[in-house]
Amino acid sequence: MRDIAYLELVCPAGTPAALRTAIDAGADTVYCGFRDCTNARNYPGLNFDAKELREGVAYAHARGRWVIVAINTFPRAGDVGPWHRAIDTAAACGADAVILADIGLLDYAMRKHPNLRRHLSVQAAASNPLSIDFYRETFGISRVVLPRVLAVDEVASLISRMKVEAEVFAFGSVGTMVEGRCTLSSYITGRSPSSDGVCAPAEFVHYREDGAFMESCLGDVVMNRYARNENAAYPTPCKCRLVTNDNASYLFEEPVGLNAVSILPQLKAAGVTALKIEGRQRSRAYVGQVVTAFRTVLDGLARGESKPQAVADLHAMAEGGKETLSAYKKGWK
Amino acid sequence: MSKLTLGPLFFQWKPEQRRDMYFRIADEAPIDCVYLGEVVCSKREPLYYDYLPEIVERLSAAGKQVVLSTLALITSDRELAAIAERCGEAMIVEANDVASISLLKGRPHITGPFINVFNEATLDFLVRQGAIRVNLPVELSGTAIATLARHNPVETEVLVFGRQPLSVSMRCYHSRAYGVHKESCQFVCETDPDGLAASQLTGAPLLRVNGTQTMSHGYAVLLRELTTLQTAGVTHFRLSPQVADMVQVAEIYRSVLDGDLDAASGEALLHNLTGETPYVNGYVRGREGMAWAET
Repeated sequence: MRDIAYLELVCPAGTPAALRTAIDAGADTVYCGFRDCTNARNYPGLNFDAKELREGVAYAHARGRWVIVAINTFPRAGDVGPWHRAIDTAAACGADAVILADIGLLDYAMRKHPNLRRHLSVQAAASNPLSIDFYRETFGISRVVLPRVLAVDEVASLISRMKVEAEVFAFGSVGTMVEGRCTLSSYITGRSPSSDGVCAPAEFVHYREDGAFMESCLGDVVMNRYARNENAAYPTPCKCRLVTNDNASYLFEEPVGLNAVSILPQLKAAGVTALKIEGRQRSRAYVGQVVTAFRTVLDGLARGESKPQAVADLHAMAEGGKETLSAYKKGWK
Repeated sequence: MSKLTLGPLFFQWKPEQRRDMYFRIADEAPIDCVYLGEVVCSKREPLYYDYLPEIVERLSAAGKQVVLSTLALITSDRELAAIAERCGEAMIVEANDVASISLLKGRPHITGPFINVFNEATLDFLVRQGAIRVNLPVELSGTAIATLARHNPVETEVLVFGRQPLSVSMRCYHSRAYGVHKESCQFVCETDPDGLAASQLTGAPLLRVNGTQTMSHGYAVLLRELTTLQTAGVTHFRLSPQVADMVQVAEIYRSVLDGDLDAASGEALLHNLTGETPYVNGYVRGREGMAWAET
């Protein structure tokens, strides 16, 4: 385990360029995935091959940083090969850890690469001390990425009773369903985060005009309706507008992004080891700006200084310009 | 012989309505195994807990296997304590969360559909832990189900009737829709024994909300797939309780499983029981879950 006196900043890299940008901007750790269904951001034009990962690891290690690899989808029956190869490749490229969700893969990684750190993905939805202890005792995980449905006091309570590091989400897009257990995307499109590594894939998204309104659609389903001068959010199923009892509303969650910058001291006090920024699908420029701002705020926090400009930058970069503390906030449930 | 099971009741019914449904199942339904216990919201079970012993007794006396299911999402100490108590009971337990699996390790148990079993390695692991029956997730294609059922050394169960559970959250959408706080919800979910309809802005139905759970609007109806699933080695066929007459639903499925009724005729009979609710079978056909394909 590294000795980290402050909150470790774990940043997304959808591309080798974004990896270098994140490192240069002050990421302690960068996470990425391979260019296939083995990772939960399996979008066109993203991700790494073995050569790119090896180069990325060299770049990070030369600067004392980490690269960890998300292999966090659930292998298909009869076709586990790509997932095993992904773990083997991550190990061979010198990755500092793999992020896994599937029980069979955790078992494989532990037996085949016992010295490669194993992080439990948020996709495993380990939401209580018993589950986390089970993964630790059975598969020797070093860290758990906590589900995005816990309040700060619940995070603190959980951490006080677990024997592995805790990583929590601090910024970016968040769903409202327990990760790894949501099939709304595949119900509508046939493709899901668990199996295919995609939620609401872009090829199913289209917009159509309906009189004075524009409708955003996912497959054959209308997800939202906007006035022509209104900004349309990406039609993610858990942020669509639905009608219940004749009332149209964002039943699950408004189209907002998570921004936990205002509660970093509380998260640190709760015993959090690492903060994760979501967004491997985002641009290199976005990654650079968010990481720079977080680095500034965290360094300020370590010295007891406030950094209002960096905080303002993060507010401005939240999804759709709207942000939330999501489940961290009391009363969210 | 293929077994017919009744999965845990996902909805919040009045305690007496719940009890009476199970009494009828005990007395009249050709069902081999019944799953009891709360899967969705830990606040609900105390409301009907006192009825459980007599339900268990009536079902057992009728020769049905009785299984106690556990919550799909466990976060609080109170929930952990309740799960520990449940897993300590002599009855067979269905684990719907990894916490329950860790408590049941080394003892015969059943893993529920909320455990992500997508491949052989995970299945093998669960069997080594003591699973004697494995429920497969609703999202799997027929090909994946067949691969896993053939591979599985123990029993395999698949949901073949009822609304499909699609997601679980900490947030209660029923409370949200009715404008109350989850902590003081007054059990508004009891208003909707068939779930709360959630439609698209066009008015077309899409989902059903059941507390923290989101379900398909359509009923999964896999009558046409039963023979293929039987051949592949699926041993247990789960009916998920809905407001439809579950005794008659069970009779139709039993007849089709036994080859006494063809699937199309079974579907026609089923439509008489299920009103206007559409049917879905997309997942098993390897398509979007909400699709319905007749061929």
